[in-house]
Amino acid sequence: MKGTHTQFTFVQRLLHWLMAVGILAMLFIGVGMVSTIGRQYVPLLATHKTLGIAILVLALLRLVVRFVSGSPKLPADLPEPMKLAARLSHVALYALMIAMPLIGWAMMSAAAYPIVLYGGIRLPAILPQSDSLHALLWNAHFYLAFAFFALVLLHITAALFHGLVRRDGVLQTMLPVGGSDRSQ
Amino acid sequence: MPGPSQSQRSALGPLVLIAAVVAFGAGAFAYTAGWLSPNRLTSTKLVSALAPPGGAALGHRRNHAKGICFTGVFEANGNATELSRATVFATGQYPVVGRFNLATPDPNAADPTVRVRGVGVQISAPDGAVWRMAMIDPPVFAVSTPQDFYKLLQAAASKDPGAMKTFVAAHPEFAAFGEWATKAPWTASYAEVTFNSLNAFIFTDSSGAEHAVRWSLRPEAQVTPITNEAFAKLGPNHLDDDIIERVAKSPQRWTLVLTVAEPSDPTSDPTKAWPPERRTVEAGTLVVQKIEPEANGPCRDINFDPTILPDGIKVSDDPFPAARSAAYAKSFDLRTSEASHYPRTAASAKP
Repeated sequence: MKGTHTQFTFVQRLLHWLMAVGILAMLFIGVGMVSTIGRQYVPLLATHKTLGIAILVLALLRLVVRFVSGSPKLPADLPEPMKLAARLSHVALYALMIAMPLIGWAMMSAAAYPIVLYGGIRLPAILPQSDSLHALLWNAHFYLAFAFFALVLLHITAALFHGLVRRDGVLQTMLPVGGSDRSQ
Repeated sequence: MPGPSQSQRSALGPLVLIAAVVAFGAGAFAYTAGWLSPNRLTSTKLVSALAPPGGAALGHRRNHAKGICFTGVFEANGNATELSRATVFATGQYPVVGRFNLATPDPNAADPTVRVRGVGVQISAPDGAVWRMAMIDPPVFAVSTPQDFYKLLQAAASKDPGAMKTFVAAHPEFAAFGEWATKAPWTASYAEVTFNSLNAFIFTDSSGAEHAVRWSLRPEAQVTPITNEAFAKLGPNHLDDDIIERVAKSPQRWTLVLTVAEPSDPTSDPTKAWPPERRTVEAGTLVVQKIEPEANGPCRDINFDPTILPDGIKVSDDPFPAARSAAYAKSFDLRTSEASHYPRTAASAKP
């Protein structure tokens, strides 16, 4: 079926928009919590951990769905460099969606922090206590967060460029509604 | 000059729109990150303000830098289960990792030069719940808000000799702490110190009812008051030497005393003591069984973050635990990245 449809499946679109909200919230909570000492720091941290694990679960689910359902073909007249950029940026987005929560979890583990989510859910440590691993993972989590946000901005720019300037149907493949399925 | 062609004009609007969306996103991000608010008090600023004039001691805690590790148990007697459903209050013995410390950014400070002493304690329950606390020995805190704490640090570090006087005059709530700091007798042993949570926390019992609580660790050892001058004669590292010697002879004990607030008692201001007649509950005994140097000890890389709480205890409207959590995390992130400056084999590194 790959490439014959003009939209992602309903499940893919649902996952995309759920995660879009979740990831944007995560990035903002992340930079917000590390720059505040207010009372909100404690609930922000708990939310960040809980949402991070939720995103990890959704991202793994989404990866499976992607392999099963495929994706609409990019327009034939899209220049090759743009096609390559589209593929690479999506690989990077998937990598970050999965890696960032894992890095955060591993970083907390290496610091010997108990990992407690909302609802009192306790996660096990996935690394032994280690100051050097903590420092490495902390740096990775910090810098990759900015790379992630930059990539999200690039993603939004590209989506709007497809939808408003090229008007080539790419944006419609992921819109929650609309986008007639030409294959039918 | 000819105007833009039709196609150029039609592309311009969407491009401007896209640029505006990206600019808005980046701007909101920058605002949230505090980059547009240089006056926002951050953990970075707080931690920087703690550094001595010569700079922070790399690899060490940014405050309470001088310390020594201990391990032991918390023997819960079950009394506190009426106040909190936390499993560490059920009758039993729970492993403890802790750290006696002095409130100084200098890991080599001489004991008699540091007025405030502290203890970090981690109690682990068999179900995986962890309770961490960091307590100090004054009966009240010096300031009411983290913002005032920052101002206090700035005043204390100021080259202006009148800065502290100005601060104290502007902050009458500092007086009770100041009175303690200048007049309270010293002791020559960690084992004789009463440590206080100062911050109020909310305990939730098994019925879901909530109780505002502050707590203390009250020593079982006989307290022998001593003047600062007499204490200074005992040497710069007497507290470490003393606790090593005492614990080698026999375990040292503290009673965990919970003080329960009345509804009228302030929970958000640690400069205000609760009336002495408030109900107390003895929850159990902290037993310190083994002392180890920090450099390679079990407390070295534990962040005694007071917001790490078991189910049944949570933060109150006291603004300090959140601020302390943020600042402790910053200190922890810094020192773990500087670990090479503080060798683990340095059990004998003291000059």
